Amino acid sequence: MIELNDVHKSFGKVEVLKGISATVEKGEVVCIVGPSGSGKSTILRCINGLESYDRGEISVEGLKVDRDAPSIVNIRTQVSMVFQRFNLFPHRTALENVIEGPLYVKTEPRAQAFERGRALLAQVGLAEKADAHPPQLSGGQQQRVAIARALAMQPKAILFDEPTSALDPELVGDVLGVMRKLADDGMTMVVVTHEMGFARDVADRVLFIDGGVIVEQGPAKALLNQPQHPRTQDFLRRVLHPL
Amino acid sequence: MKGFWHDAAEFFPILMNGVALTIVVTIGSLLLSTVLGLVWAMMRVSGIKALSMLSASLINVIRGIPIIVLLFYLYFVMPDLGVTLSALQAAILGLGIAYSAYQAENFRAGIEAIDKGQVEAAQSIGMGWWLTMRRVVLPQAVRIVLPPYGNVMIMMLKDSSQASTITVAELALQGKLIASSTFKNSSVFTLVALMYLTMSIPLILLVRHFEKRAGKR
Repeated sequence: MIELNDVHKSFGKVEVLKGISATVEKGEVVCIVGPSGSGKSTILRCINGLESYDRGEISVEGLKVDRDAPSIVNIRTQVSMVFQRFNLFPHRTALENVIEGPLYVKTEPRAQAFERGRALLAQVGLAEKADAHPPQLSGGQQQRVAIARALAMQPKAILFDEPTSALDPELVGDVLGVMRKLADDGMTMVVVTHEMGFARDVADRVLFIDGGVIVEQGPAKALLNQPQHPRTQDFLRRVLHPL
Repeated sequence: MKGFWHDAAEFFPILMNGVALTIVVTIGSLLLSTVLGLVWAMMRVSGIKALSMLSASLINVIRGIPIIVLLFYLYFVMPDLGVTLSALQAAILGLGIAYSAYQAENFRAGIEAIDKGQVEAAQSIGMGWWLTMRRVVLPQAVRIVLPPYGNVMIMMLKDSSQASTITVAELALQGKLIASSTFKNSSVFTLVALMYLTMSIPLILLVRHFEKRAGKR
């Protein structure tokens, strides 16, 4: 469903992606792990055209991702994104955040958008927070609203860019719980994360990225339990046993 | 003091005609400068190089010309080019154009103060440039821009007196006319000053209200 073929990307003179090739099948949950600065987030941002890429090709359901082409709107409505820092619209309520895309991008009828919006907030456990503004919500609640906002576009896949990294530890579980439910429901997900427990339990496959290349990939449990490559072993050791 | 109140009662009605014109010039040029300033600012942040450079040079040209010269140009030179404007039209146009440069810079600062993540979030749900501006960036920028906008309103109220140089009989010119025909300089100009002050008080309160609100967020 999502295909990357030899994708290269530089910021100025620094090459952050040095030939990434990967596919994500429909219904698959793929976690991308790796040290910071390895290019994990850049991959996600290239997939929905928030970032351009220099070489290679990315396609979503056969449609080439080109951020300067009008078709990018089409891709973005099919592939939603959840950000590390939530990026909710602070001047709108939780419900308004959720229905913004359906109302103004998809021009869905108001009544239907409101009804779906409320249902989605209920789905992420925030039915009673519909009228709250983002600053009145905790980080975990904000991120769950952001997930509802992504779902409201009825996407075929959702990209998660370190969705729990900005959260207090006790709030991480709620967000991961919502994501796990999505995975169980068959949503196609690409998740950049440092939550190895989540990756092991929920992901179908894990990609380990370092220095802009895929160092190792494979089924989640196999890769995380018996990493083959020395860099993967070293990384996992440091993440799982920081002391 | 008794003389002042006597003069005030006599001149007040005439000066009120000036007040009416002052308000017309201020509101007219405020609206024009807001619209033009918004256009310049949008061009500036459009991401299209030609538009952004055009807007930057326009702003610099406008900023570099004194308001009074701009007014003279519109009122005295334009007729030579076949465009005849009434004094009032020229005043509103001149002040509106002159202030559009400051408005534009203010608006741009407000737009650029919005977190880039907001734009990305808007894009990620498929919003294009205009929808992102209208639904996400501008509503948030307004809160940042309002306090300085209030200050511009006060400045424009006072600078509307420059319209007197091209014969618009607004408050300052009315005052000058009465003073030169009655020689009651102190009464007349004290009264004129008080009337400007009175008009600016609601604006000052408005600015304070904006600042309080902006501080809360």
